Amino acid sequence: MTQGDPQVGRSIPRPNARRLLQGKGRFVADKTLPRMLHVAFVRSPYAHARILDVDLSAARAMPGVVAAYDGADIAAHVTPFVGILTHMTAMQSPPQPALACGVTHWQGEAVAMIVAQSRALAEDAAAVVVVDYEPLPAVCDMEAALDPASPLIHPDLGTNLCWERRIDSGDVDGAFAGAAHLVERRFVFGRHTGVTLEPRVCLFDYDGSEDRLTLHYSGQVPHMMQAVLAKHLGLPESHVRVIAEDVGGSFGIKIHTYGDEIATAVAAMLLRRPVQFAADRYESFLSDIHARDHRVSARAAIDANGKLLAVEIDDITGIGPYSVYPRSSAIEGNQVLNLTGAPYLIPAYRGRLRVVFQTKVPTCQYRGVGHPIAMAVMEGLMDDLAAASGRDPADLRAINLIPDDAYPVKSPQGILFADLSHQASLARLLDLMDYQALRAEQAAFRARGIHRGIGLASMVEITNPSPMFYGVGGAPVAAQDGATARLDASGAIHISNSVTEQGQGTETILAQIAADALGVDPSRITVTTGDTATVPYGGGTWASRGAGIGGEAMLRASLALKEQITGIAGAILQCDPTQLDLADGTVVDAAGQTRISLQALAQMVYYRGNELPPGLPTELIATRHFRVEGMPFVFSNGAMASYVEIDPDTGMIKLLGHWVVEDVGTILNPQLVDEQIRGGVVQGLGGALFEECHYDAEGQLLNATLADYLVPMAGEMPDITIAHIVTPTRTSVLGAKGAGEAGTTGAPGAVLNAVNDALRPFGAQISQMPMTPERILRAMGTIE
Amino acid sequence: MKISLTLNGEVVTADVEPRQSLVDFLRASGLTGTHSGCEHGVCGACSVRVGGHVVRGCLMLAVQTDGQTVETIEGLTQSAAIADLQAAFHRRNALQCGFCTAGMLLTAHELLALDPLPSRDDIRDYLSGNYCRCTGYQAIIDAIADVAAERSGR
Repeated sequence: MTQGDPQVGRSIPRPNARRLLQGKGRFVADKTLPRMLHVAFVRSPYAHARILDVDLSAARAMPGVVAAYDGADIAAHVTPFVGILTHMTAMQSPPQPALACGVTHWQGEAVAMIVAQSRALAEDAAAVVVVDYEPLPAVCDMEAALDPASPLIHPDLGTNLCWERRIDSGDVDGAFAGAAHLVERRFVFGRHTGVTLEPRVCLFDYDGSEDRLTLHYSGQVPHMMQAVLAKHLGLPESHVRVIAEDVGGSFGIKIHTYGDEIATAVAAMLLRRPVQFAADRYESFLSDIHARDHRVSARAAIDANGKLLAVEIDDITGIGPYSVYPRSSAIEGNQVLNLTGAPYLIPAYRGRLRVVFQTKVPTCQYRGVGHPIAMAVMEGLMDDLAAASGRDPADLRAINLIPDDAYPVKSPQGILFADLSHQASLARLLDLMDYQALRAEQAAFRARGIHRGIGLASMVEITNPSPMFYGVGGAPVAAQDGATARLDASGAIHISNSVTEQGQGTETILAQIAADALGVDPSRITVTTGDTATVPYGGGTWASRGAGIGGEAMLRASLALKEQITGIAGAILQCDPTQLDLADGTVVDAAGQTRISLQALAQMVYYRGNELPPGLPTELIATRHFRVEGMPFVFSNGAMASYVEIDPDTGMIKLLGHWVVEDVGTILNPQLVDEQIRGGVVQGLGGALFEECHYDAEGQLLNATLADYLVPMAGEMPDITIAHIVTPTRTSVLGAKGAGEAGTTGAPGAVLNAVNDALRPFGAQISQMPMTPERILRAMGTIE
Repeated sequence: MKISLTLNGEVVTADVEPRQSLVDFLRASGLTGTHSGCEHGVCGACSVRVGGHVVRGCLMLAVQTDGQTVETIEGLTQSAAIADLQAAFHRRNALQCGFCTAGMLLTAHELLALDPLPSRDDIRDYLSGNYCRCTGYQAIIDAIADVAAERSGR
């Protein structure tokens, strides 16, 4: 046994946060390389237009300009990318050039680029580029886009439909025909975006003498980017190095291929100089992926006992003009189809998804990916069913949630669930928030004309994905991650891992895991992530997989190093290695007595190997990889509640409280888990209440500044109370599930139900997010 | 245009373009702890102190600081003026990506100078010009409340 308290399970502060607190972050835009140049893009002012001519001559004559390129100039050096996954049958999306060639398909698509000695000089030159456009009809509304009379965004495809999928499981029609209560509702989920506080930024450094390209990368997937760059720039993968140091927020925004970044790579290779592109906020709104933008018609039915009989949804989503490479833009809708109703036992299910092209910014995976929609739809229906049948919403959920002893359970969509705790989570939630007392308080306030509402939501979150997510569809996205642990001569432990750090605490929990396995204090451990030249190959950080997959690899690598150390110690001490353990930086025997320090052992191996028995294996470094097997995904689950007050005169919503019970399996660092949940809840509340990309009928984004696009502020957010149920996943030794997207997944449904609970005395209901004051007043009939 | 200012306690002279923003000037001077987030004066990532007041580095021109005293996260770290806030932020995990953090610390420092023992609502209100996309704010409020209590001996 290891002496001392285990490090896993403790709220250890993040060592790497100290330099961020002192202004010593290492963000990409902080980096300056010798002879570095800067980029500005000319972006299309039209949502849809033919590009008749791009005249760069005036720009080339501007001060400080080193080069100027149009779409064809860049296209000569990079192959186009196609954002489809082969396992999504019949999905189609045309090849996408790095810069628009011939036709521009959204307002903000990059049409030309200027490379200059400073960003300011590049912007000056971009302002004098003359582009001759012939406007084409904008195709903005996702439903109108499917009208046979609609203009086609990609005439070669013959349709504006990217992908369609249907699920039909069980006797849905029979269930609805025989139902005691049937509810129907149409939900609208606005289009929003991630607003990483650090805008997208990249710095490419090409060394022509060795034909090597280095990307200083603000993102989550270094190895994926290595593969993408190599493939499309025609370089051997081994000649591409991707280095991610500090990342100023990502949330899924920074796992995609962006044409402007690829064009920056081309410029760096053509000019053989370092070239940086740092988007400003306006560019971020016009070129970072957007997300959501779904309209869902849904119905559900229960029998006289309140048991769910069937659920049916029809989801249509607009994804912009291209499916984004390489993960595709159909995943979000697919998650909606797959996960609606996931917490409940449902005998019959029918779903239809249509993924539609439109001339707006492309959408793709952003924190939660479809989950907030799937959960809000089902939780909205559950509250409608509770109202229709005169049941308390908590009681109706308790009747229908999958029993905690029922697993494994396969949903009617064919999704496999294991090791979940919906019933325990709901029970804990009701206790945590003192549900009955809160209901009594709500009634008392209502009697005084104060309108408060309580909303519940049960949820699942896809975490720790297996290769069945992307790899199966042909994307260069690793589902397996690697970890290395090594002992140096000083006795220091150095670990590295292919999952990455964006501030969530990845490096801290990796050190905690290694510390326990190796019997050292976490402060003795140095962690490296984010550099394809130095870390094992792997998928990086997305789909809440860092702790569960990267952490398990770390555990296995650390235990392998431990076996190496005890093997060597056994030879030195002339005893059975299996009787040795590691504690407090030393090798200890079965009685817990210190026998040799790690430092002394390592120095003997490295400096005085002559003292060791001949032929003794003396490796002091181990690498292990891990991928999830046997399950496509490892789900986490949870339950949430929101408490709100509505001002019926203004439509303003005040958030009074928010409670979360989450089952993330083994908790590695309680503080970090809770902070992931809190941050996620607030992003979910942002999408539910404030955040929306407003477009006009011509496809112009009307609020592309942070002054106009609302994100949650400190003064509007409630304190968030969190508790846990712990059901470790049996797919790993560590037992950790993901936690990163739970908050965003559950919060919108909870607050939707809370708002409608408050509106119930007015006979009003809102089903559109964000739930702005205007929409509240419209729902109440106060305004038209 | 030539300017001379006291930057983190040192007199600095520089030749700047009239159009250069203060945040761009500071970052070009190697003080990269101050960040550019929105360039509209909304998000607060570029917060610095000029003449003792927290201002938006993106809304002020570098030339406007001629003859002024300018302090950034680097200077306040060096002087240990906010060491307790930094420690509390660390303990409470009141940062994730760290991009907003310098602005949060400077704004919190200003709040506690104006109001040594603010309520949680007061803290939330005062920080509402500083956006954080990672934490959900609660840990930041906790950290500042901790320091207010410590400094007030409570």
